[in-house]
Amino acid sequence: MNSVEGLVNQIQGLSTTASDVLSLQNLLKQADDSLHAESTRLLPFLDQLDPSKHSLGYLYFLEACTAGPVTKEQAGSYVLMIARFITSCIAEQIRLAPDKFITVCKRFKDQVLLLEEPLRGVAPMLTAIRKLQSSSEHLTALHPEFLLLCLLSRCYKAGLSILEEDVFEVDQPRDLFLFCYYGGMISIGKKWFRKALELLHNVVTAPMSTVNAIAVEAFKKYILVSLIHHGQSPTNLPKYASSVAQRNLKNLCQPYIELANSYSNGKIADIETYVEANKDKFESDNNLGLVKQAVSSMYKRNIQRLTQTYLTLSLQDIANRVQLNSPKEAEMHVLQMIKDGEIYATINQKDGMVRFLEDPEQYKTCEMIEHIDSSIQRLMTLSKKLNGVDELMSCDPLYLLKAGRERQRFDFDDFDNVPQRFNI
Amino acid sequence: MDGEDDAPKSLMEEMYANGIEGVDDAPSSSTSTTIRKNRPIISGEQLDIEAYAALYSGRTKIMRLIFLADHCDNSGMQLEALRMAYDELKKGENTQLFREVVQKIDGRLGPNYSTDATWCAMVDRKADQRKDKLESELNAYRTNLIKESIRMGYNDFGDFYYAHGALGDAFKSYVRTRDYCTTSKHIIQMCLSAILVSIEMGQFAHVTSYVSKAEQTPEALDPPTIAKLRCAAGLAHLEAKKYKLAARKFLEVGPELGNSYSEVIAPQDVATYGGLCALASFDRTELKNKVIDNINFRNFLELVPEVRELINDFYSSHYASCLEYLGNLKSNLMLDIHIHDHVETLYDQIRSKALIQYTHPFVSVDMRMMADAFKTSVAGLEKELESLITDNQIQARIDSHNKILYARHADQRNATFQRVLQTGNEFDWDVRAMLLRANLLKHEYNLRASRKI
Repeated sequence: MNSVEGLVNQIQGLSTTASDVLSLQNLLKQADDSLHAESTRLLPFLDQLDPSKHSLGYLYFLEACTAGPVTKEQAGSYVLMIARFITSCIAEQIRLAPDKFITVCKRFKDQVLLLEEPLRGVAPMLTAIRKLQSSSEHLTALHPEFLLLCLLSRCYKAGLSILEEDVFEVDQPRDLFLFCYYGGMISIGKKWFRKALELLHNVVTAPMSTVNAIAVEAFKKYILVSLIHHGQSPTNLPKYASSVAQRNLKNLCQPYIELANSYSNGKIADIETYVEANKDKFESDNNLGLVKQAVSSMYKRNIQRLTQTYLTLSLQDIANRVQLNSPKEAEMHVLQMIKDGEIYATINQKDGMVRFLEDPEQYKTCEMIEHIDSSIQRLMTLSKKLNGVDELMSCDPLYLLKAGRERQRFDFDDFDNVPQRFNI
Repeated sequence: MDGEDDAPKSLMEEMYANGIEGVDDAPSSSTSTTIRKNRPIISGEQLDIEAYAALYSGRTKIMRLIFLADHCDNSGMQLEALRMAYDELKKGENTQLFREVVQKIDGRLGPNYSTDATWCAMVDRKADQRKDKLESELNAYRTNLIKESIRMGYNDFGDFYYAHGALGDAFKSYVRTRDYCTTSKHIIQMCLSAILVSIEMGQFAHVTSYVSKAEQTPEALDPPTIAKLRCAAGLAHLEAKKYKLAARKFLEVGPELGNSYSEVIAPQDVATYGGLCALASFDRTELKNKVIDNINFRNFLELVPEVRELINDFYSSHYASCLEYLGNLKSNLMLDIHIHDHVETLYDQIRSKALIQYTHPFVSVDMRMMADAFKTSVAGLEKELESLITDNQIQARIDSHNKILYARHADQRNATFQRVLQTGNEFDWDVRAMLLRANLLKHEYNLRASRKI
């Protein structure tokens, strides 16, 4: 009891300057076990601490408090407390104990899910991420949790801001896999198929030593999304995908590969029978909706192909060639595609004719010039970054050691070892 | 045949006009067959089997007759072909083929054309005797180590096997002579025999290798041999579906070929194969230079005036008559052993080229007129054009409402912009993914390194 009170006093005292905070951290680390031992009685002490000033101490107490099993009623109060804490805490202080912070936030997520109100967790989690990140390129363990909450609460737009950032630094590969997978699902929900493809591609081609379930599920969705977006599925994973993935992923996703094959044959009837036959498998993977979208994208693909060969075509002909049932259906499809901007055409209802037009984009407007210019700028920065990483890598002593061992030896000097340390 | 009325007058002119040296001894040795040899045989009319068979000699004659019998549906022609095959076989020593032909005849030609068991037994006995004799002779030569005699011994063996239909053994024997060839003439002889057997066996890979081997000994090559080698090479390319190369080879065959290669190919065949392959695979300039203006090849084309006409029609854009000639020739071409499985492909290619050539000079084409020119319906034409456009062989778009084909030239400027933006996006994506993967790898490597320590 005394130790806890003493600790509270110390927290209150040492939370002002940076050096104090560091010494406070040491104290807290030592006192961690005793805090956990008294976890049930720590709740009243939390009121004595102010999260906006004593963030580090509050964090330790909070973490010890929530360590045990939580009932539904307790969850409600905890959720409020943690949310308040997250919004008001000081970023620098909590960055000193990131693991604790992550644990607390994860428990927060669990409790929110326990209460079945994921929406409550979305905003606090976003703040938490922003506070924990060292830079916008940093992927923390909280990213996938956040996306999970967005998914469960169907609040896709909130996830948008996180997804738009480029991620370059990763703490744990598992976080990346989950992040990209959930991100892919959110993008699919918002029909940003290009982004979804990018995220799922990252999962599938990430270096991995053994096949994991996330990669398998991601691959299934990857095939479906690339059918919808590109009209063809990747036959082989690129060379840079890990060998483990290349060998095993295809075998584990057999029904999807066959679906992709029958898609490429172009016969709608075939693909529909195949989907009917394997409905259960798709349903058990929760992919049935996506499969149906893929099938309907086939009509679009066929109509787009027609724009390449025909200038005008009657609706009846379109219906015949694309294997639709009636000209009315064809008209609806074409209308939808014109609205979505997927083709350029005009429908003449009197004759029942569709006239296909060229893409009116002339690449002469100011907006286009700005777009191109900004793209160039963005790519130049990216290129510089790439060069920077390359230079950094070529100075890395481990790399030099390995490269030095395997280099060509043309001269007597080449047989010396690569100097590991530059000693003058 | 109608030609016999004009026989005395036209015989002289035809013989000189075609420039074919001499007239071979035809098996039935009558003037009528000689005249027939100078008349078009591969034509739109029904194949005259006797005339056709008279072009060839040796084993290929029999094989062609059997092929004819198997593939034509006219039973009269069938029986005629089988009868001639029977007669020809009786003159030779191939009892295996003889039995096959008898089976095919099935007694339909009467008692004269049934299994002659005594003849078979006699031939087989003689064969065994000859084989033993050859073997003993060869052994004797081998012990004496006289190169020339050993070579002749193997050669004789090769001839013997070939006559008896054991093609594999014949090939092996001919190839064995290689070690004992002293002069380039010997080498040429060996190559020619090997080529002959390979063609009969259908192994055209060997044909190509032996042709190149023979062509590497230039001293002993006289023009007929060169022509023979070119024909063989052309056949090999044809079988390998390399129509352009086959056409080039056939077009290089000089008129010295004459009838000297009747064990393999007739000059009519050279003209037909060469003409059709050239039409299917050459572009306009090549067609003009190598076929139409080719004086040597013109002699061959005279033998098959329909092929000559159809090539000229194609070049002068009379597509309807060109395609009509092709249609007429088809039934006879399907009865030829070398080209029958290539007829469909060649015809498709020629037709596509005709369609492409028709649309090439125009900005807009009325599809009704085009359908007339090609003697097809507008709907069928539309389908054909659609597949050609999808294959990117014609740059055009179809106005299905007014049935007009409009040439469409892609706007290079827009296309360039589109490509630029797309490349930029791809670069962006690739580099970002790469940096991410590098980071993961570094992390994993660090993990492993720290574990090791």
